[in-house]
Amino acid sequence: MQIKSPEFKENARIALQDVGLQKALGNLKAGFPVKRAAAVERMPEFEDLRDQARDLKNHILENLDIYLEQFESKVVENGGHVHWARTSEDACKTILDICQQVGAKTVTKGKSMVSEEVNLNEYLEKNGIEPVETDLGEYILQLREDHPSHIIAPAIHLNLEDVSEAFHKHHHRPKSDDPAVLMQEAREMLRKKFVAADVGITGANFCVAETGSTIIVTNEGNGDLTQTLPKTHIVITSIEKVVPTLEDMTLFQRLLARSATGQEFTVYNTLSTGPRREGDQDGPENFHVVLVDNGRSEMVGTELQDMLRCIRCSACMNHCPVYGAVGGHSYGWVYPGPMGSVLTPQMIGIENAGLLPNASTFCGKCESVCPVRIPLPKLMRHWRENEFEKHLSPKAVRYGISGWGFFAKRPALYRWVSRSSAWFMKKMAGKKGRINKLPLAGGWTDWRDMPAPEGQTFMDQWKQGKR
Amino acid sequence: MSKAEILGNIRRGLGRGEPNATQRAAAESRLAAKDNNLIPKRALLPQAEQVQLFKDMAIEAAAEIIELASIAEVPMAASEWLHKANIQELITASSPELKALDWSALGDIQLSERVGQVGDMASITSSFAGIAETGTLMLHSSSDSPTTLNFLPDVHMVVLHASTIVGPYEDAWKQLRTAHNGVMPRTVNMITGPSRSADIEQKLQMGAHGPRTLVILLIND
Ligand code: SF4
Repeated sequence: MQIKSPEFKENARIALQDVGLQKALGNLKAGFPVKRAAAVERMPEFEDLRDQARDLKNHILENLDIYLEQFESKVVENGGHVHWARTSEDACKTILDICQQVGAKTVTKGKSMVSEEVNLNEYLEKNGIEPVETDLGEYILQLREDHPSHIIAPAIHLNLEDVSEAFHKHHHRPKSDDPAVLMQEAREMLRKKFVAADVGITGANFCVAETGSTIIVTNEGNGDLTQTLPKTHIVITSIEKVVPTLEDMTLFQRLLARSATGQEFTVYNTLSTGPRREGDQDGPENFHVVLVDNGRSEMVGTELQDMLRCIRCSACMNHCPVYGAVGGHSYGWVYPGPMGSVLTPQMIGIENAGLLPNASTFCGKCESVCPVRIPLPKLMRHWRENEFEKHLSPKAVRYGISGWGFFAKRPALYRWVSRSSAWFMKKMAGKKGRINKLPLAGGWTDWRDMPAPEGQTFMDQWKQGKR
Repeated sequence: MSKAEILGNIRRGLGRGEPNATQRAAAESRLAAKDNNLIPKRALLPQAEQVQLFKDMAIEAAAEIIELASIAEVPMAASEWLHKANIQELITASSPELKALDWSALGDIQLSERVGQVGDMASITSSFAGIAETGTLMLHSSSDSPTTLNFLPDVHMVVLHASTIVGPYEDAWKQLRTAHNGVMPRTVNMITGPSRSADIEQKLQMGAHGPRTLVILLIND
């Protein structure tokens, strides 16, 4: 996927004026947050589960190498193979090799954000293998040569008309605006693909070290057909997804659906362990797991380690006012919203993604809903500081902050400047008490009025004992 | 190559080399103990209430439940349901309890025993357990239970014995370990209601790629 994160501001400006997108984003805001709240309400232990999940993830990360090696040995014991991929290129190459070894022409795919991250589809296509997305949302996007804008509802940016148009064009059937008819069409089209595929590729929500199992969590059942019908099942996942035992996986299962869609439980939670067993009448004959790193191992032991707790539930973006206003594509790469603003700079470089950690109002909503309590605002701030130190932030920001630093170190001067600016701003606002143009703050006042300061500065009031 | 680099990075981040026995102790004892984490109270009810909770939650997830007094009533119940839906065939799994039944009640409905295929209208399988806390069925692959029967047909009928309903998921894991000596079957399916998708405008539609209808034949034994 082409990186468009450096153009975040332009992307956002266009998104705010895109009527179709704004309509689609309305569906999101009215849906997920309300459903999550209802599910949390029904589970009195929810906050305690979050604490336990955070602590368990921290324990896993402190022992990550041990659990990963244990997972690998269990997969092998059950007749499967594990491949370690340091980079996207490694991951794509490994998967292509497996496909070529079994002479694959088409592969079906369950939904996998890691496969988006490594840009697998493009790589396979370039090498003569046809990847077919089978998740309804991903299938729609593939027909439209589009990319997901949300980690669990990939086509959330589209409206019914868009889907109807795409199906009409590709299925050569009469146009319909009934979602049930459209889904039926996709179901029929994909049946043939499921059976014809030589390889099925899925992601994994968790990898269980105790048993060597991977698990997928889906509502549609497409992942199950993807991994059951072809001769070869490849799981592409990332190193932080390992959990110790089945009981530990269950702790996260209880949080995942409720945080994501607000369901009590997702329809299909399916564990895969090795290839089919002797006597089994169906199931794949080969089982491969590709463990992708892509910058994650370098996060261990740093301030960003907390981000590795993420279970990809999407609650942070569902509740984010910035995401809700500009949509996922504005972020310009695979992972949008608050979690994306922390992960993307690590994966594509702060020089490309420096604007993302700034795309935040620091309202703290994301952290307040994150099931594993990732301090997302703090981590975004980490990147802002990092960006500042590397002198990558725009000049206006840098001069602004270092200017503030200059005054802050000189209290008398600071007081004089702020007192006189308060006076100056009050003058500018006139009787309305609102300022609609402020030097150096055009980005702010183009969209909203700045309230004029009332009366004295904070420090003056502090001195007078108004606490 | 990649493996050594990845593990090397992780260990550098953790400020140690390859873990020694002491450093491995915490992880190893966790793997061995398989302790439960917090189990919600709703999953810790007495058995009779668990069965009721299972039914309520499964119905909420849009499953259909038909209660029967004994497994011998399964063919008649299946026959009635299929006739009403105008379905002419039933594909059965090879589990001993299903093979032992007298299927003559099916009448003109054709019964076959095989894996699932594209175009199948209805299947019937056994189950390993029911999990009350979310109305979830647990099924697993084996020589007599092909996974395709759980996903390809339009209608999936599942025989569930009330005696196998447990409260929390954790109890099902423990039973699965015991039943299979700690080795997991190739596939374990936790199924909560029929297939669905909300990928078009966030509006829920039933019957995406898996069965459109999930019928639980609950044997009150
Ligand atoms: S950061 Fe937290 S809320 Fe966001 S996707 Fe990850 S786990 Fe969910």
